[in-house]
Amino acid sequence: MVADRIGWLKAEPRGIYLPGADAWVDPSQPVARAIVTHGHSDHARGGHGMVWATAETLAITAARYGPQPGGMRLAYGEKVEIEGVGVSLHPAGHVLGSAQVRLERDGAVVVVSGDYKRAHDPTCAPFEVVPCDVFITEATFGLPVFVHPPAGAEIARALARLRASEGRCLLIGAYALGKAQRVIALLREGGWERPIYLHGAVEKLCALYQAHGVELGELRPVAGVKADALVGEVVIAPPSALQDRWSRRLPDPITAMASGWMMVRARARQRGVELPLVISDHAGWDELTRTLLEVRPREVWVTHGRDDALVHWCGLHQMKARALHLVGREDEDE
Amino acid sequence: MKGFAELLDALGFASGRNAKLALMAHWLGETADPDRGWGLAALTGELDLPAVKPALVRALIEAEVDPVLFRLSYDYVGDLAETVALLWPHREEGEVPSLGETVEVLQALTRSSAPAVLRSMLSRMDSSQRYALIKLATGALRVGAGARLARQAFANRFGVDVEVVEELWHGVAAPYAELFAWGAGKGPRPDLEAKPLFRPFMLAHPLEAPESLDLAAFSAEWKWDGIRAMAVCRSGEKRLYSRDGNDISGSFPEIVAALDQDLVLDGELLVRGVDGTVGSFNALQQRLGRKSVGAALMRDYPVFLRAYDLLFDGSEDVRGLPLEVRRERLQAIVAGLDAERFDFSHGLQAETLEALAELRGSPPDPAIEGLMLKRRTSAYVAGRKAGLWYKWKRDARVADCVLMYAQRGHGKRSSFYSDFTFGAWQGETLLPVGKAYFGFTDAELKWLDAWVRAHTTARFGPVREVEKALVLEVAFDSIATSKRHKSGLAMRFPRISRIRQDKPAAEADTVDMLRGMVI
Ligand SMILES: [Zn+2]
Repeated sequence: MVADRIGWLKAEPRGIYLPGADAWVDPSQPVARAIVTHGHSDHARGGHGMVWATAETLAITAARYGPQPGGMRLAYGEKVEIEGVGVSLHPAGHVLGSAQVRLERDGAVVVVSGDYKRAHDPTCAPFEVVPCDVFITEATFGLPVFVHPPAGAEIARALARLRASEGRCLLIGAYALGKAQRVIALLREGGWERPIYLHGAVEKLCALYQAHGVELGELRPVAGVKADALVGEVVIAPPSALQDRWSRRLPDPITAMASGWMMVRARARQRGVELPLVISDHAGWDELTRTLLEVRPREVWVTHGRDDALVHWCGLHQMKARALHLVGREDEDE
Repeated sequence: MKGFAELLDALGFASGRNAKLALMAHWLGETADPDRGWGLAALTGELDLPAVKPALVRALIEAEVDPVLFRLSYDYVGDLAETVALLWPHREEGEVPSLGETVEVLQALTRSSAPAVLRSMLSRMDSSQRYALIKLATGALRVGAGARLARQAFANRFGVDVEVVEELWHGVAAPYAELFAWGAGKGPRPDLEAKPLFRPFMLAHPLEAPESLDLAAFSAEWKWDGIRAMAVCRSGEKRLYSRDGNDISGSFPEIVAALDQDLVLDGELLVRGVDGTVGSFNALQQRLGRKSVGAALMRDYPVFLRAYDLLFDGSEDVRGLPLEVRRERLQAIVAGLDAERFDFSHGLQAETLEALAELRGSPPDPAIEGLMLKRRTSAYVAGRKAGLWYKWKRDARVADCVLMYAQRGHGKRSSFYSDFTFGAWQGETLLPVGKAYFGFTDAELKWLDAWVRAHTTARFGPVREVEKALVLEVAFDSIATSKRHKSGLAMRFPRISRIRQDKPAAEADTVDMLRGMVI
């Protein structure tokens, strides 16, 4: 049994815990020592004593919660030892600075993937396969219906709709951290060279990405721009703004939403958008299963999401697997 | 098939009537024959492809995908066609057939050939095309756009009168090559003279200000509480049509059989009660939708048509004549018909508004729901034209509303969708005006539950959103303004008094009409 050899790590409802070091991975409440995979609010919270994370994640946390003392910057691949446990961070391909946590002690290796994806993303380092004994994965999209199409094709579809619609603008709802910047970068790759207009709630994080060297092209705040001047343009806003009074200032917007959930019609309809765009920052079913086959751990632990299907799949492929049912990890606003 | 699948997707996410109209009109303009004709047939529900049952689709996917993974996926997605479209594991190179070719293949399917043919087609398509194919093949195409809206889109695209399209509709068959040729100005108007066509009904406005009516210009009749119907006989071919133009001949064969001369009559289907009164509406309602009815039902609930207008006398179109002239001719014609199946809706004598109001307040038969007031000089014109016909309902505290959401009940009813949220129109959107969970019989509840399941467009936990297609007559004690609801109205003690399968959703009541009932 692998689990017998890793008594130094515990899967608690509140998160992954290292008792010897008294450290938590992505804890849901303030703790003395935290290792944080990435800047999304269900993983990174303010108020910890010491925080090991990438420089980008620390910067994002500071931008969201104000300056946090106790930040311990770790570069990808750099190793530290916390009370006998070897800790290093490796790219997860989820958002800027996102990392998998590799933990090693007594010859056993555990990798906590955090959120990750394998699909193309020009705004962050690509996922790295890290061999391990136990792979702790998420399963947000852990159902075989979630095989997300190439994001570039979705962007092309949106631009085609904009070009075919006279007198309208394209309003894309995208989560402010990660999705908004990825959508902008994909628009640039798709040949969209015009300035892109931003809702106030996504400005700060776009600037942060740019400060970290991510090319996003010319961005302008939408505030203060006359409706006429926005005809034929692309506007990026957080999902909550799509049905908000705020959107009334735009010229007959084609409301689009960029999310992995847009795959399923009922979910897309719930959002009330005209143009669902299937663009996910979480691994789809094909990415999850491919990753498990490449990592080939001895055991798979599933933190949250549609864990029953993924655990069942592991059984079909002779992998030992169990669901951890971590609390506080609802479906990320994708 | 590619374009049609895209249209279905876009319709599924479009909100509002105008957006849907624009999408359909654009597609009809972009697409060539016969594909656009088959598409129009699919959107109007005229495509009948019997060979593919949902069970077959299910068997196909279960042979491909692990059963547990299938079940979990289906539970999550909630729609079989969509689950299969997303899960289908094969991808083969090959042409995706056009919509016309697809329909041709589906029409030729037999039970034994269907699995292999469908499997191969699914493998050549992307997921949105697979979804469209399965919906098409199982006859479950629901885009929340009724048949009338699709015909309106045709009219908009080609700049023709929708009432003319409605009239031609029952004389042409998919893929409607001659209809499109006519629309595009490349062919004559289809000649349907010798066919037993549906003619669009003339409709009435609710009477809002009786005191402003010039009474002398109007004639009055009872408004009977039955099913509006049109009896048509042309060159010996006979039909009975409902309000929305559905052929209901099979549900009321005794009426059709009694037609023995060429004519088109407008009237109310009623059940003959004892002592010359009118019988139960329920018995009528039970017959609607049946392809055939048994002898017992016909004997126990004898049906007749109370005629109130004449559209064609022999082959002569009399719709342009004044009402009074039409009614004179009608009375003479009805006198020559089988008296067991047809009678004449007599006019009422009332010189003053007071006398009229008295009649309305104490009608001689419980099956009377009010008065009809018709301008004596009016021609018979399709639709609801201002100033010509009015209905003055006796009990103003009923409204025809459209079912919007259904929720599972509690206790004994927990397996039924039994809590119904209904709405009234404001412009082209429906606003919820109330919620009712009683008033219907057990049989009606069963029927409603099945209808909800078959017409679901979205699910939110225990609540289903349904296609906006079913009219419910809602009775209530009173109505008041309320800040709690978006419509600004709240009903007191609402109950479902009747299911109106015969009434198109577009003709349900408006929020304005309900606001007029606030005391
Ligand atoms: Zn995340």
